[in-house]
Amino acid sequence: MTAEQSPPARLRDGVRAALPLVLGPVFFGISFGVFAEAAGFSAAAAVTMSATTFAGSAQFAAASVLHAGGTLAAAIAAAVFLNARYAAMSVTVASIVPGGRLRRLLGSQLLVDESWALSGRSGRFQWPILAGAGLLLYVLWVSSTALGTVVGGLLEDPNALGLDAAFAALFLALAFPYLRERRALQAAALAAAITLVLTPVSPAGVPIVAASSACLLGLRR
Amino acid sequence: MSDVWIVVAVVGVFTWFLKAAGPVFLGRRALAPRLQPVVALLAPVMLAALVTTQTFGGDGEVTVDARLPGVAAAALAIWRGAPVVAAMVIAAVVTGAVRLLG
Repeated sequence: MTAEQSPPARLRDGVRAALPLVLGPVFFGISFGVFAEAAGFSAAAAVTMSATTFAGSAQFAAASVLHAGGTLAAAIAAAVFLNARYAAMSVTVASIVPGGRLRRLLGSQLLVDESWALSGRSGRFQWPILAGAGLLLYVLWVSSTALGTVVGGLLEDPNALGLDAAFAALFLALAFPYLRERRALQAAALAAAITLVLTPVSPAGVPIVAASSACLLGLRR
Repeated sequence: MSDVWIVVAVVGVFTWFLKAAGPVFLGRRALAPRLQPVVALLAPVMLAALVTTQTFGGDGEVTVDARLPGVAAAALAIWRGAPVVAAMVIAAVVTGAVRLLG
């Protein structure tokens, strides 16, 4: 199918494209609300983070480091490193985000893994798909986080239910699509090894940041 | 300002700039080709580190406890194509059950 044959995509096409995916972000958002509560976030802080950062795994990473008693710098670095991929993704859609500088700054905030992947499905990136999918996911993400803070407040000890293992499973599920590629699998294994070695000898959060150096395997030919 | 709010603010601002990097700052110029594979590996690397600390991390030591069977069961489910939500439920149930019995 060529671009000429298909009608131009509209915002509503983007919303529709994202509909089959909504369960994941909703559950993920509720989980973040619960987890943030356990990590010492107020409900307002958790919802504000979802509204301003809008990047699930990085939000979990920051909360996870704080939860483990890590330093501010380690929590920030873990989240920022995890979001570094957005710089690369944003470059791929640089030419499709419309408007002046301010509108482009705001519009580019709708970039998340899912909206990015959906918008490029046709072989070239389409702004209405990215914007429609991004808007739907944004509304769901922020509101489900709010719901999660309410649920989290009701739980006595979320870890007793095995929620700590559930978050490990979540990170694993997010990592899995990358691991089909050999280089990514090697880098991930190296990162896990660095984390294990440093955990007993360094403050919480530091092993995660140090493990990010495993991505330098990408420099190897 | 509490630590939590500082993290919320700083991570938020960094993320705005990362997401806007292409559209606002780069325009049509591309990331240095040499750096692209490095950036591409950041996500799997960070996620692997998070899986590790979330599974084995404790008070400054590596611990093997009820989380491991839960995460292992989830890994098997993910490998067999289970959706994310199912993997999380499996991990929570197995770990919760092991704790209950242990």
